[in-house]
Amino acid sequence: MSTTTLDTPAPSAPADAAGTPRRRGRGRDERGPLGSVLLHGGLVVAGLIALAPVAWLVFLSLGPDKNDYLHPGNIAGRMTFSNYTFVLEHTGFFDWLRSTLIVSLGTTVIGVLVAASTGYAVSRMRFPGHRQLMWLLLLTQAFPIAVLIVPMYEIFSRLGLIDSYLGLILIYCSTAVPYSAWLLKGYFDTIPFEIDEAGRVDGLSPFGTFVRLILPLARPGLAVAAFYNFITAFGEVAFASTFMLDDSKYTFAVGLQSFVSEHDAQWNYMAATAVLIAIPVSVFFYLVQKNLVTGLTAGGTKG
Amino acid sequence: MTVVIDRATGKRHGDRAPRPGPVGRLRNAYQKYWYAYAMIAPVVVVLGVLVGYPLLRGFYVTLTDANSLNSARTIGVNHIDATYKFIGLDNYQDILFGPTSYDRFWSHFLWTVFWTAACVVLHYSIGLGLALMLNQRLRGRTFYRLLLVLPWAVPTFVTVFSWRIMLADSGLINQVLGSLHLPQPQWLEDTFWQRFAAIMVNTWCGVPFMMLSLLGGLQSIDSTLYEAAEMDGANAWQRFRHVTLPGLRSVSSTVVLLGVIWTFNQFAIIFLLFGTTSAPDAQILVTWAYRLGFGQQPRDYAQSAAYGVLLLSILTVFTSFYFRWLKRNDQLAV
Repeated sequence: MSTTTLDTPAPSAPADAAGTPRRRGRGRDERGPLGSVLLHGGLVVAGLIALAPVAWLVFLSLGPDKNDYLHPGNIAGRMTFSNYTFVLEHTGFFDWLRSTLIVSLGTTVIGVLVAASTGYAVSRMRFPGHRQLMWLLLLTQAFPIAVLIVPMYEIFSRLGLIDSYLGLILIYCSTAVPYSAWLLKGYFDTIPFEIDEAGRVDGLSPFGTFVRLILPLARPGLAVAAFYNFITAFGEVAFASTFMLDDSKYTFAVGLQSFVSEHDAQWNYMAATAVLIAIPVSVFFYLVQKNLVTGLTAGGTKG
Repeated sequence: MTVVIDRATGKRHGDRAPRPGPVGRLRNAYQKYWYAYAMIAPVVVVLGVLVGYPLLRGFYVTLTDANSLNSARTIGVNHIDATYKFIGLDNYQDILFGPTSYDRFWSHFLWTVFWTAACVVLHYSIGLGLALMLNQRLRGRTFYRLLLVLPWAVPTFVTVFSWRIMLADSGLINQVLGSLHLPQPQWLEDTFWQRFAAIMVNTWCGVPFMMLSLLGGLQSIDSTLYEAAEMDGANAWQRFRHVTLPGLRSVSSTVVLLGVIWTFNQFAIIFLLFGTTSAPDAQILVTWAYRLGFGQQPRDYAQSAAYGVLLLSILTVFTSFYFRWLKRNDQLAV
């Protein structure tokens, strides 16, 4: 923006700003007690709304009967972990876990490697076609699955990639890579160019500079991109439900649906499975979310 | 912010000067660009093979009458070749102007536009409100932030199922409404309430992303600007209007664009909330297209792909207008 001047060195700006209070000397607009009450009240209400569906799921997962969601009062008296033991022992939970991990980690590794080099190229080099590439990266975000899913299904069935992990990984890369490249470009922009120059002066090739100097420095940004790729692959529904036919290869997103068919809905098992899936993901998410904000900001404000 | 980019380009111009002779320049350019192209090659190849080719192929399919009965398929050991034929633009003609085009396309189109607008407005305003609240100095800020990020942390396919249980006829929400003696709508059966529920769930899922992005944007606004504004006697509203909003412009323009694109193509929420077979009137264009291609028998590949092409065209037109508008307002973040 034309009005803003950033005096602080770019890479540390978001982090610093997060740490220091925004306004030091509060003047006549100091928040009164009523303001504080409103502020906390608003945040508590919002927090409860955010928490409710998840908490409700956890609660239902403890009820032994599949119709307990209709009579939540019944659950309190007879909480049990039987749903969990059933899900772990008698369903495809571990198969789904394996498929989900293969697909998500595959997408993460391939996606980040590919996106990092592109992000770097777009960040540091002005080459003919640079703007068009940025455009293309953004535009692929706009591709509705409907336009791709039919031809992809045709092509993949001809190549024998239906029902294969590789097929799904490739599809997820095509959606995750453009956004990650965009995100990483924003992050690379915050790394001073002097570092590249120093590397070049010391005789490194552009590739060398990228691999030896920039990638290690960009670790937080890479982590954000990796996480983004991971959750994209983890939570995708449409392709996974269309392309994975063998129920031992279902990902969680598809497997969870199998509890709820037209005729029978085993909500209690579904809730237990959902909790088993959600807990590790949320814990992991909370561990990285601080970085996530910084990464998003870098991508968003400097994109 | 643009400041950084300006600095960056300044450096790059500095790199090139002093200008060498034409031959040297060509060699320099070659060296520079060679590396650049090598580095973007993987993405270009991946996108070309996985997006470009299927896109062309998909476009061709829209010009045929392909469905699951006449496409190439393998039944047991017998391979049956494709027998669909080229029919030109008939699919588009049928979708846009055919006898039942309103019921099949235009009604969904209008609902999709309304859905996108409503969701993005709600995402943005609630997200901004929460971001402003979280940006205050207050006790328990980290705790509140963790709580508010929760909908984003839990995978969508998990939380949507939770909503489905809560919205069921005698689920939690109706039980609460009943105990308050309020009407208990049939969330998952009645068209109006289906749409209401869809927007509500999508808002719940999408706010955390907006909130975090805008919070990041708020924190990158230079605090001296606020001090200067206060010095000049600006009140809270004026500071918000003249410092905060302009400071957020580049973040906003990016997240709003992404929000529109993501919401317009939001598949998972409607698909999981209603399935493909129920709630025909709550289906947005994406889920409707999926239903044509994979949720019915025979599968109508050609029409499904044609919907896809139409969707993509709508978004492309929107994006280019959006960019033009941004450029005119000098807020381009890309």
